[in-house]
Amino acid sequence: MPELATAVERLSLVIEIGGMPVRVHTTDQGFLAMLQDRYAGFLAASPECAEIEFDVDLSPARFADPNAPVRVTQRLGRWTFERGDFRAEWEPASRTGWIRQTANPYSIDAVLRIVHTLLLARQGGFLLHSASAVRNGKAFLFAGVSEAGKTTISRLAPPDATLLTDEISYVRKQDSDYIAYGTPFTGELAKLGENVSAPIAALYLLAKGSENRIDPVPPGEAARSLLANLLFFAEDEDLVQSTFHSAFAFVRRVPVSRLTFVPDARVWELIG
Amino acid sequence: MSRLYLARNPRVAARSLDGEMMIMSGRDSTLFTLNKTATILWQSADGATPLDEIVERRICSEFEVEPAEALQDAETLARELASHEILQISDEPIPQRNSVAGESR
Repeated sequence: MPELATAVERLSLVIEIGGMPVRVHTTDQGFLAMLQDRYAGFLAASPECAEIEFDVDLSPARFADPNAPVRVTQRLGRWTFERGDFRAEWEPASRTGWIRQTANPYSIDAVLRIVHTLLLARQGGFLLHSASAVRNGKAFLFAGVSEAGKTTISRLAPPDATLLTDEISYVRKQDSDYIAYGTPFTGELAKLGENVSAPIAALYLLAKGSENRIDPVPPGEAARSLLANLLFFAEDEDLVQSTFHSAFAFVRRVPVSRLTFVPDARVWELIG
Repeated sequence: MSRLYLARNPRVAARSLDGEMMIMSGRDSTLFTLNKTATILWQSADGATPLDEIVERRICSEFEVEPAEALQDAETLARELASHEILQISDEPIPQRNSVAGESR
């Protein structure tokens, strides 16, 4: 009797960011190789365990706008993520979801960022538009909008500083401390962060100026600046409230200062 | 003249930090920083105390201002806060739940 169907090999890998392993399934060897390259350094050493599983359904190439606004909505316990270049669903209760996209690394990167913001929001953590680095066992965050100097301060980092990211910092709350993790989410430097973590010692709000100096920031301004730099996509009142309160808890715990700097390596004499 | 009652919208998150009251809309994540008068209205918005009493007890005692003028300004401000869905306003007392979601912690 002839076979009616051909078995399709199911390939997978586990991407672990912030200590959260996410398994991605695909049937496309080329896409798998692209992910292995893209997330090198963030692939789980023990791929049998994953907190979340995603099936990736690769669709044919078509015009899709990755700059279209992202929509993250929840209905009956199921999240839907949509942008011009992808659509995904994720059900936290079953820890499973799917992603429909073309074979590119940017769409799945966006989905991972969204999933991590949702996970962190429930745990008092967040993703922050900031560079971060570890020096002398402590993590330092450098927050700012585009052109504020995140890439510059990352590029100027001395050899004894370990870069966690030049674009998006991963902040988890552990007991009463905040821990920064390395991320593969890159900015202009296009260099993956190191997959290490350390307790956060300070958050600096970046400003370019004519001298290197650190100035205190009033608590209200610290909270506003932190909120302005948070990555948050979900149209969900409970999570908005959780993230709002997490930002205030963070600025009560972690010193926030303004770091004014000239673009040369001497600024790092003030850090660490 | 009807009286105006104010209540906090339970769908916003609020925090006071070093005397600054910040409110975030749960609907669209817009962040508001309240001035002194708006903070008084927020703090006094229990659904039961009419605005004229809030003005008399909290605003006229704090700022040197005529009661009629203060009430007019406060009503304008309350309606503006309501337009941003920070406060609920009504010409009748507004029933409150025991604990208000999103209240300052």
